[in-house]
Amino acid sequence: MTQLIGRRLALGGLGALFGWGYMPRLSSAAGTRDPRLLVLVLRGGMDGLAAVPALGDPAFDEARHAPELREAGATTPLDSFFALNRNMPELAAMYRDRQALVLHAVASPYRGRSHFDGQDVLESGAPAVSTGGRTGWLNAALALLPHGERVAAPRGLGIAATVPLILRGPASVETWQRQVYRYADDDTVARLLDLYEARDPALAEALRAGAALDGTMRNGEDAADGMAVPGTPLNFAADAAAAARFMARPDGPRIGAISYGGWDTHAEQGSVTGRLGRNLAALDQALGALKAGLAPVWQDTVVAVVTEFGRTVRVNGTRGTDHGTATVALLLGGAVRGGRVLADWPGLATAQLFEGRDLAPTTDIRAAMKGMLAEHLGLDEQRLGSQVFAESAGVRPLRGLVGRHA
Amino acid sequence: MLLHRAHFRFGLGPSPAEAASPPAAPREHVLRQLDQPTTLPPSPGLPSAMEAVGLFLTAREDINTARRERVQPHFVGPFPISGRELLHRVAQAQATATPLHERLALHWCNHFAVTDANKTGFFAGAMEREAIRPNMLGRFHAMLRGCTTHPAMLFFLDNRVSTGPNSAEGQRRRRGLNENLGRELLELHTLGVDGGYTQQDVQEVARILTGWTVHVEARGRPLEERIGFDPALHEPGPRQVLGKRYPDAGPEQLELLLVDLCRHPATARHVTRRLVRHFVGDQAPPALAQRLAGVFRDTDGDLGAVTRAMLRSEEAWTTPATKLRPPVELLFSAARMVHPERPAPRGALRAMGQAWQNAPSPAGWPEEDNSWVAADSVKTRLDWALEVASHLSPVPDARRLAEQAFGDGLSAETKRAIERAASGGQAMTLLLMSPEFQRR
Repeated sequence: MTQLIGRRLALGGLGALFGWGYMPRLSSAAGTRDPRLLVLVLRGGMDGLAAVPALGDPAFDEARHAPELREAGATTPLDSFFALNRNMPELAAMYRDRQALVLHAVASPYRGRSHFDGQDVLESGAPAVSTGGRTGWLNAALALLPHGERVAAPRGLGIAATVPLILRGPASVETWQRQVYRYADDDTVARLLDLYEARDPALAEALRAGAALDGTMRNGEDAADGMAVPGTPLNFAADAAAAARFMARPDGPRIGAISYGGWDTHAEQGSVTGRLGRNLAALDQALGALKAGLAPVWQDTVVAVVTEFGRTVRVNGTRGTDHGTATVALLLGGAVRGGRVLADWPGLATAQLFEGRDLAPTTDIRAAMKGMLAEHLGLDEQRLGSQVFAESAGVRPLRGLVGRHA
Repeated sequence: MLLHRAHFRFGLGPSPAEAASPPAAPREHVLRQLDQPTTLPPSPGLPSAMEAVGLFLTAREDINTARRERVQPHFVGPFPISGRELLHRVAQAQATATPLHERLALHWCNHFAVTDANKTGFFAGAMEREAIRPNMLGRFHAMLRGCTTHPAMLFFLDNRVSTGPNSAEGQRRRRGLNENLGRELLELHTLGVDGGYTQQDVQEVARILTGWTVHVEARGRPLEERIGFDPALHEPGPRQVLGKRYPDAGPEQLELLLVDLCRHPATARHVTRRLVRHFVGDQAPPALAQRLAGVFRDTDGDLGAVTRAMLRSEEAWTTPATKLRPPVELLFSAARMVHPERPAPRGALRAMGQAWQNAPSPAGWPEEDNSWVAADSVKTRLDWALEVASHLSPVPDARRLAEQAFGDGLSAETKRAIERAASGGQAMTLLLMSPEFQRR
């Protein structure tokens, strides 16, 4: 069958163990619940003070100087202190329904200002920039999910051309991206696999995985959706909808990650009507698409939104913001104990800022993620502190984030 | 193995002529290319930076006119330019007698990565031709200076609008600093992230960089006065970077800083490490990069000497071929070897995950040996190879081509798979997907 434009789900990652003709079977985890976890990584440093401005902080106006956020209708109040950027109505609705939890003044342990190192620390889960073989905390969590003899190992899903660091590691991971050529015929695939088996095991594994799930997508659930570069705002919702479709299936992956770019707003940031406003709106549409697509399993789903660092409190000389420290993280889902902004608020007065320029970090993102993983996936604290987030035993999991009856 | 290394580690695979008569001495064949000029011949479709400013202004004017008249503007973004740039590189990959230069250009463009999107796209190709190509075998300092002050970089990393708060313009328009270029200049282009600089240094460098801009206001300035250093934006006063004081000498302040950055041992280390990783791969013994860093320091950053030292080293030729080649190399190699009619280059690169001049960040495309070994991208490579092979007419004899291209690097298994293929097209697909073609 020939398909000029279609989409493909493919198995990949390191150490995938799926045989040729692999058919996913039912997987189970964490007792009778069947939890799903999707992490959205916002690359470039999302400005938490533009997404969730602390309008109640007496120093806000002087520190940030963002009159556009004070205009009527520019924000929706979340509580007496925090407000939500008006470009995020889906998130606002989830917040009202107590299904969205906002964590503010959050940061990873990284205190430098390099995107690449910041993302490395955020995704690896390590206390500092890692050297050598890098693996991600989401993969480590995936590897700890229970699976029995007759049950396929839980799989992860990365919406990217290559596996993002957060999902790299020994547990098997699928990647997905837009497909623009017809699929190679099975005979050619089989011949090439033979050659790779003999000469190049790593390529054999990747090809076998890629080809095995071509079959899944050959019926073209959503062909003809164009060739835009993944990760641009137009595609946020499309990528989210695809991820939701894969993950909603009974035999689908249970853990996934999507990367969204465009947050490095050094100049002409436009928090409400400009570039950042549009990016927040695109993110919001993606959140809406996830909720809609995962509706049947929403009660058992957590969507986490994280970024490598925040941005400077002050606006810079080009109406943008530079690399900062603390920012916002989000947890969404049917079982999230939402409708709250959790923050040990450090304040925005100059003396309260980190290094005199950034929102000071008061909550370690690892504490939040560990708490979520413990309550949502049933992972135990000891392993979270060693195997998932290395050397983080001293960072106590934040409790009470997920679970109606916790 | 020497032939395979010459063609693939340091080249773009053989042209039909090179396949027909393979070089008898592969190392010398590559080394001789160091004596040839590295510039691209001018081409009418490819604008200089100054011409690109004109195109940018015209495009914006067209959009504004269309808006005023409430009609749909015709497509005026940078993509026609970057599309022509790509086609020109493909043609160059096919025709060149010095494929090493094309590979060096890919490497240095990745070192100084910019994007073809938005405004930067008007200038990205010009930066390669004006700042990178002429200096690939010359001084690193000249390349660094050219890229740092090129409109492509000034747009991409926002320096165009960065304004000294105490400069004339900063005072008049209440504008200020943007530290984006200052940071990446240190982190990515020179010292490296472990190069020992501080946040203070980043800000001081950003202040030194103020004034380097592109003026794109609608009227009143001839093209030749729109690019360069504008003292009205420059933060006055002396600056302190890495413990050294730089007196305020206008544009000279940046000049002095760049000279010092090029002489910093961390820069020698960072630049040569990236060069070795790109060409020789992760498996290269650390001693190679250390030696090259020494050459870099001893020659005041002479990239010709550094490249020559790499090519003369044993390690460059004996380190196993474990790097999965990035899609852009596959595309250029296939073009050079078999001149395919289809698929179109731009779509092919996007499908395989390496959209043209569109690296995911200022750090460029990943360089680890296995960064492209993901299920989806390997399978898409196969779909691409099949597309290439099925549009060749006539289909070249893959059995002969494999022997000519890979020499004694051709494995028995690949040879057998190609010989037993069900069709000429399938044989060519297997050749393009063979480990010998995919890894270097």
